[in-house]
Amino acid sequence: MVKRVVVGAHYGSGDWLAQRITAVVMAVYTLLILGIALYNGGLDYALWQQLFAGTAFRIATLLFALALFWHAWIGVRDIWMDYIKPAGLRLTFEVLTVVVLLAYAAWLVQIMWGRA
Amino acid sequence: MSKPRPIYLNLVQIRLPLPGIVSILHRISGAALFLIGIPVALYALQSSLDSAAAYDRLASSFSNPVAKLVLIGLIWAYLHHLCAGIRFLLLDLHKGIELKPARQSSAVVILASLALTLIVGARLW
Repeated sequence: MVKRVVVGAHYGSGDWLAQRITAVVMAVYTLLILGIALYNGGLDYALWQQLFAGTAFRIATLLFALALFWHAWIGVRDIWMDYIKPAGLRLTFEVLTVVVLLAYAAWLVQIMWGRA
Repeated sequence: MSKPRPIYLNLVQIRLPLPGIVSILHRISGAALFLIGIPVALYALQSSLDSAAAYDRLASSFSNPVAKLVLIGLIWAYLHHLCAGIRFLLLDLHKGIELKPARQSSAVVILASLALTLIVGARLW
C-alpha cells in the first residue's frame, strides 16, 4: 500500500475533466452547424438570419461559446504556466486572459440579444 | 531521490516523433484560435448578422489574399485541434495506446485535418 501525500491546490483533476466535457460540447455544436449547412446545401444570409432569430439556436450558440471560453481558459493558462516562470508576470497574463474571455462572452451576448 | 538522468535538449537536433508533432500542433493551433480565431469569429458573426449588405461585404472580404490566408490557417487550426482532440479522448479511453496504433492515429490526424481544410476551403471559394 502506497501512502501518497497529495499536495497542491487540487484543481488539476477537475480541470482535466472540464477540458474534456467542454470539448465534447463544442464537437456536438460543430456537427450541428455542419449538419444544418449540409442539409440546406450551404448557408446564405436568409438562412443565417433565420437561425439566429430562434432562441433555441442562440442558447445553443451561447453554450458552445461558454464551453469554448472555459476550455480556452484552461488551455491558455497551461501555456502560461509552462513558459512564463516569474509569478507576477504569469499572474498578469492569467488575469488578462480571464478579462479578455469575459469581455468576449459579453460581446457575444450583445451580438445575439443586443438588437432584440 | 531520483537518480540523475541524461539531459539532451538540443532543440535543433531533437526529432519529434509523429505523436509529438500532433501534440505541439495541438498547442500551437489552440493558441492561434485563442489569440486570433475567437476575435475574428466574433467580428465575423457581428457583421454577418448586422445586415444583408454587411453580410455581403464580409463574404467579399474573404476573397482578399491576406484574409484568405488567415482564414484558411484558422480553419486548419480549428480542424486540427478538433481531430487531435478526438484522438486524445480516445487515448484517454485506452484506445490505440500501443506504439504502432498511436503513430498511425497521429498520421491520420495530420492528414485528415489537412484534407478537411482543403474541402472546407474549396466550399468557401
